[in-house]
Parts: sequence; structure tokens; C-alpha cells
Amino acid sequence: MPGKLKVKIVAGRHLPVMDRASDLTDAFVEVKFGNTTFKTDVYLKSLNPQWNSEWFKFEVDDEDLQDEPLQITVLDHDTYSANDAIGKVYIDIDPLLYSEAATVISGWFPIYDTIHGIRGEINVVVKVDLFNDLNRFRQSSCGVKFFCTTSIPKCYRAVIIHGFVEELVVNEDPEYQWIDRIRTPRASNEARQRLISLMSGELQRKIGLKVLEMRGNAVVGYLQCFDLEGESGLVVRAIGTACTLDKLSSPAAFLPACNSPSKDMKEIPFNEDPNPNTHSSGPSTPLKNQTYSFSPSKSYSRQSSSSDTDLSLTPKTGMGSGSAGKEGGPFKALLRQQTQSALEQRGGSPHRFCRRREFPFFTLTAFPPGFLVHVGGVVSARSVKLLDRIHNPAFVGIMGNTRSYKLLDWNSFNSDEPETRDAWWAEIRQEIKSHAKALGCHAVVGYSESTSICEEVCILSASGTAAVLNPRFLQDGTVESCLEQRLEENLPAGCGFCHIPYDELNMPFPAHLTYCYNCRKQKVPDVLFTTIDLPIDATVIGKGCLIQARLCRLKKKAQAEANATAISNLLPFMEYEVHTQLMNKLKLKGMNALFGLRIQITVGENMLMGLASATGVYLAALPTPGGIQIAGKTPNDGSYEQHVSHMQKKINDTIAKNKELYEINPPEISEEIIGSPIPEPRQRSRLLRSQSESSDEVTELDLSHGKKDAFVLEIDDTDAMEDVHSLLTDVPPPSGFYSCNTEIMPGINNWTSEIQMFTSVRVIRLSSLNLTNQALNKNFNDLCENLLKSLYFKLRSMIPCCLCHVNFTVSLPEDELIQVTVTAVAITFDKNQALQTTKTQVEKSLQRASTDNEELLQFPLELCSDSLPSHPFPPAKEHLESASSNSGIPAAQRAVTVEKASPMSEGNFRNRSAPPCANSTVGVVKMTPLSFIPGAKITKYLGIINMFFIRETTSLREEGGVSGFLHAFVAEVFAMVRAHVAALGGNAVVSYIMKQCVFMENPNKNQAQCLINVSGDAVVFVRESELEVVSSQPPTANCQSSCPGGDVTT
Amino acid sequence: MTNELDIFVGNTTLIDEDVYRLWLDGYSVNDAVALRVRSGILEQTGATAAVLQSDTMDHYRTFHMLERLLHAPPKLLHQLIFQIPPSRQALLIERYYAFDEAFVREVLGKKLSKGTKKDLDDISTKTGITLKSCRRQFDNFKRVFKVVEEMRGSLVDNIQQHFLLSDRLARDYAAIVFFANNRFETGKKKLQYLSFGDFAFCAELMIQNWTLGAVGEAPTDPDSQVDDMDVDLDKEFLQDLKELKVLVADKDLLDLHKSLVCTALRGKLGVFSEMEANFKNLSRGLVNVAAKLTHNKDVRDLFVDLVEKFVEPCRSDHWPLNDVRLFLNQYSASVHSLDGFRHQGLWDRYMGTLRGCLLRLYHD
Repeated sequence: MPGKLKVKIVAGRHLPVMDRASDLTDAFVEVKFGNTTFKTDVYLKSLNPQWNSEWFKFEVDDEDLQDEPLQITVLDHDTYSANDAIGKVYIDIDPLLYSEAATVISGWFPIYDTIHGIRGEINVVVKVDLFNDLNRFRQSSCGVKFFCTTSIPKCYRAVIIHGFVEELVVNEDPEYQWIDRIRTPRASNEARQRLISLMSGELQRKIGLKVLEMRGNAVVGYLQCFDLEGESGLVVRAIGTACTLDKLSSPAAFLPACNSPSKDMKEIPFNEDPNPNTHSSGPSTPLKNQTYSFSPSKSYSRQSSSSDTDLSLTPKTGMGSGSAGKEGGPFKALLRQQTQSALEQRGGSPHRFCRRREFPFFTLTAFPPGFLVHVGGVVSARSVKLLDRIHNPAFVGIMGNTRSYKLLDWNSFNSDEPETRDAWWAEIRQEIKSHAKALGCHAVVGYSESTSICEEVCILSASGTAAVLNPRFLQDGTVESCLEQRLEENLPAGCGFCHIPYDELNMPFPAHLTYCYNCRKQKVPDVLFTTIDLPIDATVIGKGCLIQARLCRLKKKAQAEANATAISNLLPFMEYEVHTQLMNKLKLKGMNALFGLRIQITVGENMLMGLASATGVYLAALPTPGGIQIAGKTPNDGSYEQHVSHMQKKINDTIAKNKELYEINPPEISEEIIGSPIPEPRQRSRLLRSQSESSDEVTELDLSHGKKDAFVLEIDDTDAMEDVHSLLTDVPPPSGFYSCNTEIMPGINNWTSEIQMFTSVRVIRLSSLNLTNQALNKNFNDLCENLLKSLYFKLRSMIPCCLCHVNFTVSLPEDELIQVTVTAVAITFDKNQALQTTKTQVEKSLQRASTDNEELLQFPLELCSDSLPSHPFPPAKEHLESASSNSGIPAAQRAVTVEKASPMSEGNFRNRSAPPCANSTVGVVKMTPLSFIPGAKITKYLGIINMFFIRETTSLREEGGVSGFLHAFVAEVFAMVRAHVAALGGNAVVSYIMKQCVFMENPNKNQAQCLINVSGDAVVFVRESELEVVSSQPPTANCQSSCPGGDVTT
Repeated sequence: MTNELDIFVGNTTLIDEDVYRLWLDGYSVNDAVALRVRSGILEQTGATAAVLQSDTMDHYRTFHMLERLLHAPPKLLHQLIFQIPPSRQALLIERYYAFDEAFVREVLGKKLSKGTKKDLDDISTKTGITLKSCRRQFDNFKRVFKVVEEMRGSLVDNIQQHFLLSDRLARDYAAIVFFANNRFETGKKKLQYLSFGDFAFCAELMIQNWTLGAVGEAPTDPDSQVDDMDVDLDKEFLQDLKELKVLVADKDLLDLHKSLVCTALRGKLGVFSEMEANFKNLSRGLVNVAAKLTHNKDVRDLFVDLVEKFVEPCRSDHWPLNDVRLFLNQYSASVHSLDGFRHQGLWDRYMGTLRGCLLRLYHD
């Protein structure tokens, strides 16, 4: 499918002065694609040239279209000497290659130079004409859509979720090629930027091919990362979830995303489902608001670290034996078999590349309703690898100082075959898979992979959440067994996913089980750790909060194997401590589940850092967490006892305070009502960990003493004392502030439209004198806490607001430096409106329900379910009938009604909306790490944004020091992302993520360099307040006008 | 443990109005932090001094980066690096170009040259405004001056178009540019009682009536040879003003003028006798000011002369403002009844403006 790429250079503005004599510039433009280059005329003596060029046409293969970026270089013409480059623009034309996305790229792009930053702007128009060509053996994968969003994108519905796709590409790093010694830093940076752009294009194309093999048409949760391995090369790797998506054709069919991003996601596939007979498991089943009882139980999270060895846990999947739940058991087993067969069937399908599908992993963190059946717990694996080393004494970093290149400065070899890296990851994935199996699960959701590299040592990490999935989405939608229907009837929404997937009598680790506090039919653990977002139908009490565990461990400097061994030896202890810290902090908050857990282990030359972030919540289905008990080991010491009791009091006070703060007040229900506790072999909480230093021995660490709901801390040594102290030093956010690292904050649903995405970077220098573990821990803790405090202070004008998707990244650029990068979004919400709105909305919707479609109720009802428990629900039957018989209801009409019932009331919106941009020519582009925009609907996905920039300076002081340099660079990166989105016709980036921010400095030489990699989905959104104009018209007229659209849909 | 690097970048650039003010006022980061601490912000927000320091640094860095754009405000609107809502952009520009009354009084009417810039030290000491802030204000004056100096069309419109200032501020800048261009003396001790507002008021009247741009509908014809310049006084007009001398040189005319005024005002003026006694002096003063305006030096002394020749004599006789108004109205109007006087139009153009100026200048 070859194509014709057409480019027009319109004009430039704000160009820099290149000719000192005239204070003007004689600019012209080179347009390059592949090996073809065109030039515009020279526009003499102007800082605002108007080239208005002809259309430059490139005839190219679509393979090239996918791989190559369009490269636009602006130069200053010089008669007597070489032309000076002003800067470049790289444009990824991928979004033009699939029909539903952008049709033209047109707009002002910042002209970027790796040494000077942004220097003016250029107006460019790009179009692509594709010729159809049905070549079976094509190498391109045009048409496969990519999404960074880790849920089913808003205006699509998932027909099938195929599963895991991965690929990696390896190349030499241009910065380490011999030529780098003679070329300029600019040339080197540009070579690198171009190479990475090429490699990402190639990677995306290859993944696309795999998706086509699987008969999918999209990749969701696409995550691409770079490993800068220095001399051994550059690895670009990506993982994602292949899906077959259907576009919902009428944009009006999308439900408002203002309150919970996933609301619509859960509803759309439901309503539009080709098999309406499954509708009985309505997403807002009435059970949701019925909270019953709670009793304590226990948790698990499986972690493991391994060094070079594959961990082969004995699969404990004899699931048929001894059913766990009364009715649930057989179904569970059946379901499991079915899921497995679904997964294996596809894995064993006669397609090529089928080996890719051997991992039942999903990078998604939020799912269509009914997809997630049970959640087992977190599974993770780490492996320490040694990158091959060839001594190369002649190597000199680009700045002539290797010190500033610590991160990259380790030694080379030429062609590390991708197979090596592939094998490494395959090994880790295998381990994850076996962990999941041990938890009685056949799939891993919320899966992610990461690396940390220091010199020649590389830690590969993978983690996810073991889960049992509903096979319906994994198959080709044709087989609808009665089993799942019955199963769905049996699974109350809001607690089903908490029920244990593993066999109670054959538990993979000792755990404390109770009957579910919600349905009281099935067993649940007492604590649940997951890497996914909180399922939308989960019943939560109170609000959630960000919980972090932070840890440093000193390590001796060592070389090669010795170093790798040292790291491998430290890892299990770090994981253990991180886990303990998380557990303690969770209990201190009075909560019982963690979502979005992300544990990052960073390796430096002389230390290891661990940072775990998660969002704690109180799940109504799980038992109330016990307190924390402190025990002293020195008896008969009066003052000591006093001290212990003092500490105990402080802890109890904190727990009580937190419960109040996060509004955790579960209904008190006495034990008798729940029935007798489940006989438990051990009434102790145990943490299981499987460490594998070439042995599969399972080490069990006993964490608790005596009382079952107490978590006991012994403060018999200074270490433990410190733990207790650090527990108490975490300051809660100031009033009006909440924070979480998941998409949405559990317990807040009345978002208003103001959002502020930000990136904050801090680097601290440790004084080398006090390098003890304790001092390090304190420094690191202070760093994170101070950073959070600064954020709260800076964003104080947005109160009441919530920091969502708080993403911390730690790196150790040098011996004594710790760098923490935070990206998050602050969203305002309406404190007062929550209850009133939902009430009025319910009334409204009730009235409406009598006249209108019943299914509309789902949405508003869900919002009020907590506040109005006695509310009558529409019978599911009726509901089902209306859905099935009226499958031809125009989507528009539905949407309109829901719109009105939406709790985002009109007034609320208009107050907040910014004044109209009367005289500004620059359109506002919103950026958010979330998959939605509060108070708005995403109507179109324009394509993936994946950009990589290098910035270097040789005049660090003049640019305001390291802070000035990086501040300007980050601002420039934002600007370039916004410009690209605007040129695609979009007005926002969702699922934005800064994947890498590698900063290196050499103050002595007045130099610094920084690499930033960002990605996200460019989208078009429409404010709900604007949509209201439409919806306020007479509904009949509206219906008529959109009826044709609705017919097409169905 | 020290912070080597500490940045915060928002997709929408955060602007803290209080910190912006401190920055504009020329305080160093440390001074600004100290001032913020004093404002009680720590108690209100529960933040620490370190947080405040980091926050202030961040804002200062942002302002520093924005400053380059603020020098040409339309650039701020079109640039892509900082996403700032329009209302905030307007605030940034307006505050950046705002100036201190005390400062502008020192500089008003002075040549905006390097020489004056060197005096900023003294001005800073005298006014208590930081040198940094003085420099910014001075550079603003100079920048606006340079851009609009040679431009055709309405001065206020030109300033508004190129600097996107509010109407109020653009008018003030028009006055500053006008004063700087004509080098009116404003610093004499006698003139110290006058505020910038007084001068700006006069400048506006003079721009409206006494400059080239004030003549006819010239701007509608782009090819017109007449320079439509608001910054320069109409030289021809100033030359013509000599003709007014006849009003005081011709004794009959002067007497007739006096009698007309006195007849009209008898019984209406509290200070009638003083007026009658002083009429000739005052009239001579006003007409002579007009006749002298042909010389650049005398143009510069316009305000000194007005105060000396008119404001001070009246003030010493304790004329109430209303009497001054009645007198000036009658004084201007009566000329129309002087049959022997042929320059009625010229007189109105001169006196109309002068009357407005004098009334504004007449206060304690």
C-alpha cells in the first residue's frame, strides 16, 4: 500500500536573528523524508518569512511511512559560508495513516534546536494519499490504531480483547559511535533523536503486524520505553494489549465522563452488545450500595526476585478439588477452564508468531464491566542482568568528561541481538505467569515492565495483578455459554472481584480469609494489593489516599558479577521492607486495599532505592483492618514501657484521625451476624515471599504476633524505632487536598472542569559524610515529603482539589545525587455539590425514567448509591427487555437524556469556564495523565503522540543554572506536544506520560544534557456545557435529526 | 542534603500575583521570601520556609523567562512555550507596564537616554523604589517611546496595538511619550505639587488639540502628505500663536477685552476686585506664553510659565476654583466679541486646551 506524502511549507514567525549586521534572517526550509529532500526558496531579510511553497510530494512505501518521521529543517542562507541551521521539526505522520484519525496535519510547530531550544515557529501542512494494495505479505501495518490509554478508549467498544503484544528493537547508540568524536554535539543529538524516532516507528509497525496476525485492529495500553544501555546500545521496547475495537459511530452516544471516567466505558459495550441476553449483569446492580458486614482476614501479594534463574513455582492449580465458595466454586473452576482454553486456543492457533501469545497478560488497568471476575493479588518478578562489557579505554564522553555520563558510560559491544533481550524478558514473563498460576489465576492484568540501568548492571522488572477473566471478551463473541450468564447472576457487582480465585484448602500461601462482607457467600482476603485501577463497580467506603513506601539501601561499589550478586542479594530485603512499609501505612490509614501499586527499584553505583506508590482504599467487601500494635522486647523497664505505650497511643490516635479524614466509617456489624469465622489453620498474618536465588525455596516471614487483627511492630532496635517514627512523620495533605496515583479518586465523583497537569523534578545532593542507611532513608523520605508539600502549596488556589495519577520516578544520576520526577494532574471538585446534586439528579432521573428509557437510570443511580441506600432500583428484567427490544434506540437520544441527568449541572460548569480567548491565536491544549477530561467528552482519537527530545547546553550558568535549563526544557517539551496535538486538530492529550527524564550535568564545564521521552493520545474533546446547547433543544427535533446516525449504529 | 535542582512546570503556567508583584518591585528571591513570610502565608497554608523558597524561585524563573516576551506583548499572545489563559496574559502585561507615581514624576519630560538611566541610582534612593524596578519602568518608557515615536496615527491606539495595554494605561504611556518627546520641564520645585495625573490630563488635551494629528481628518487619507503625528506639536500652529500677541499689545483691544470680561462677571465672582486689578497681568501672562511657544526652550517651560504666570497669582489671591473656571470661560469667550481680532479659530484652539490645563493645574 504505497502512498504519496504531500508537504507544504507556509510561513515562519519569530525566527531568531541570524545575521547580526542586519538584525534579520534569510531563511529557507529543507523538507526531508527518507532519502528525498526538497528545498523552499530563500526568503530574504525577514524574521517572519512567507514561503508559501508548492506541495512537495514524496512517493513512498507505507512501510517507510510508518517508520520514518518527516524532517523539516529551517536554515539561514549564507552566500559565503555554510548555511546555519536554525532548528528542526520532526513530524510523526502515523496519525494520517488510519482513516478515523486526523486527515491533515496543519499548524504552527516550534522550531527546535538541541542546543538553543525553541527558536521561532513554522507553519506546515502535511497530507497523505494512500493507495490500496492488497499485498498479503506486507510488512506494514497501516490502519492499526495505537492508544496509550490503559482502558478501552471512550468512543470505542471492545469486541474482543486479544491479549499481549510485545516487541523490541536494538540499535547502536549514535552517541557512542566513533563518529561522535568528530561531530558536533548538535549533530550527535540530532542523529540520536532521528534514530529513536525511526526505531519507534519500526517498533510500532512490527507490533501492528502482530495485531493484524491476531486479527485485531488496535493496541490499547501501548507502552513504549527506551533503555539507554550506553555502549551496548539502545533498546526500544514496547508492550500493549491487542484488541478489536468498534467505533461508536455517533459521537453523541458517549456518556459524560465528568464524574467517573469509566462510567461510559462500562455502559457502552453493554448497551451495544451484540448479544443482549447477557444484559442481566447490569453494571449498576442494586447490590452495590448494600454494605453488610466486616470481619478481619489476611492479605497476599506475591513478589519474587530472581537473578538469572527462572523461577518455577510448583503450579498449585488443582482447582477442582474442594470447592471454595458454596455455589461459586464449581462455576469458578469451570470459568477458569474456559478462560484458559480461550487463552490457549488462541495461543495455539495455527498463525505464525503464535508464541507471542503465550502470555495471558493485559496492560489494561480498567476493564469493561464483567471482564474482571476475580483478582488474586500482585505478582512481580525481577531479574538482575549483566550487560556485556568490552573494555574500551579510548572512550571519551561527548563532553570529554565521563563523570557526567555515568548513566551512559559503560562499555560497549556492538551488536547485542534483540534475541538476547527477548530471552531476558521472556524469562521474566514466564515467572510472572507461574506466579499467577500459583494464585489460581490464568491472566495478569495491569501488567507493566521496567528497567533500571547503572553501568553494566541492569534490573529488569515486571509486575501485574493476577486475575481471573471472563472469557466472553477473549473469544470471538460467537460463543455465549450459559455458564457465564449464570455466573454473572451469581456474582454481585461491587465485591465479585475481591473473592479469592485460589482454592481455600490449597492456598498458595497462608492467608486469612473471611466471608465477603458484601455478599457473604464467598471468601475474601483481609487485604488486597493490585496494580490496576479501582473497578468502577467496587463498593468503597470513604475516600482513598496516596500511600508510598520509600527505602534506600547502601551497597558497596563493585564490578560486574560481584555487583550483580550484591544487588540480587539486596533485592529480597528491599521488597520485604517495602511491603512491610506499605502494609503498615495502609493500616495506619485504616484501609484494606491498594490499587495502582507500582514498585520501582532503582540501582545506583553505591545504593539501591525502592519507591512504591499506590492508592489505599477501604473496600466494603473486605474486613476492617486491625490496628497496629507495638511491642517492646525489654521487659520491666518502666520508662521504656511508658515510651512504648506513648507510641501506641500516638499510632491509635493517628488511625482514628485518618479514619475521620478519609471518611471511613463502615457500618458496625457484630460477628454473630456474619456467622462464625472461618476456621483458620493459623491465626496470624503472614507475608509470603518467594525469593529465588537459584532455589525455589519459599521463605515465610512471620510478621504478626498473637491477636489476629493486630499488626505488631517490635521496637526492640533502632531500626524498628525508625520505622515507627517514619510511619508517623508522613504528614497528611492539607485540608481540601486529596491525592491518589490511580485514574480517579475513590469517593470523589463531582469533578469540575479545571485541570492542571504538571511535572516537577528535584535533585538532591547527599553529603557523603552521613551515608548510613538511616540517614539515606531520612533524606529520601524528606525529599518525597517536601516535594509533595511543595505541590500542595503551589496548587493551593485550586482547593478543593485532588492530585490524580501521581507518578513518582526515582533515578540516581550520580554517586551522591537522587533525582525524583513527579508528573500528576490536579483536578478541582465541588465539595458541596456532591450530595445535593445526586439527590436532585435522582429525582430528576426518576421522573425521566417513567417517561423515558429505563436504562438511562444506571448512570445517575450509581452516583447516589452510597447516599441513598433505600432507593428503589429498576428491575433488572425490565431493563433487560428494554435494552434488547429497543436495540434500535437512536444513540443520540439516549445520550441527550443522560446528559441532562448528569450531575455536572449547568451552573457548576459555567462558573468555572475560563473567559473566552478573544484575542489569542493560540488554542488551548489540555494535557492530562488520565484517560478522560472532567466535564468533557472525548469525541475523537487522533493518534498516538510519542516524542523524544534531547537538549544540551554549554552555557549552563547563562541559562539560569540546572534549574533554569531544565525548567525551560520541560516547558518546551510541553509546548511541542501541544503544537503537534493542535496541528492534528486536537485540543487535548490524554494518558500523557513522561516516560523518561534523564538529566546529566557537569557544572565545572558549564554543561548539561537532558533527554525527555513523552507519550499520550491526541484527542478532540467537547465541553459538556457546549453540548448542552444541543441537548436543550426540543428532544423530538434532536431525535429526528440524529436518527439516521442511530440507525447506522445498530 | 541540598536541592541541586528544583523545578515545577505546569501545562498551564502558574502565575502567583503576589510573587509577580514582588518580582516587579525588584526584590531578590530572599527578600521576597522574607516578605512573604511576613505576610503570614506560612500560618495560612501550613507550609514551611523551604517550600516558600522553592515556590518563589520557581515563580521568579518563570517571570524571568516571560520577561523577554513581555518586551513585545504580542509575542506573549502568539508564543507556544507558556500556555497562559488570556485574562492572565493581560494581567501579566498590565502589571509589567504599570509604573510608580513617584518614579514617573522623576522621569517625566526627561530625555529617555543613557544619561537619564545613569541617574536611576539617585531616583531609586530618593523614591525608595528598588533600582531593579526603576530600571524596568525606565526601560518600559523607553521601549514604548522607541516603538511609537515615528508612527502615524493615534498615539494611544498605536501604544495599545503594540503593547496591548488597557485604555487607561495606554493613555498614561501616551502622556509619557508626549512629555519625553517635547521635553516638558516637570521637575522644578514650583511644579512639585502637581501629580502625574495632572500632567497626563494636560498631555491628552494637548495631543488632541495641538499636534499634527489633531488637524482635520488627515488619517483617513493614507497618502496625505501631512504627517499624522501625535507626538510632535503642530509647528505651524505654534508659529501662528504669535498672532495672539495683539490681544495684549493693542491697548484698546486689551481694555475692551477686560471690560467685556468684567461686565459679564460682575457680581458673579467672589474675587471680582482682585480679578479686575490683575486682569491685565493675567492676560499678558497667558498670551505671552502662547507667543513664546515658537522656541523649543520655551515649549519646555510651558508648565513652569503657566504656574508662574497664572496659577500662582490666582492662588495668592485665594481664588476659589469655581471663580477661576468662570473667569477662564469668560476670558476665552469674550474674545469672540472683539471685532478687531481676526484669529478666533487660533485663539479657540489655544485657549480651549489651555483652559482645561489651567483648571487641572489649579490646586494646592
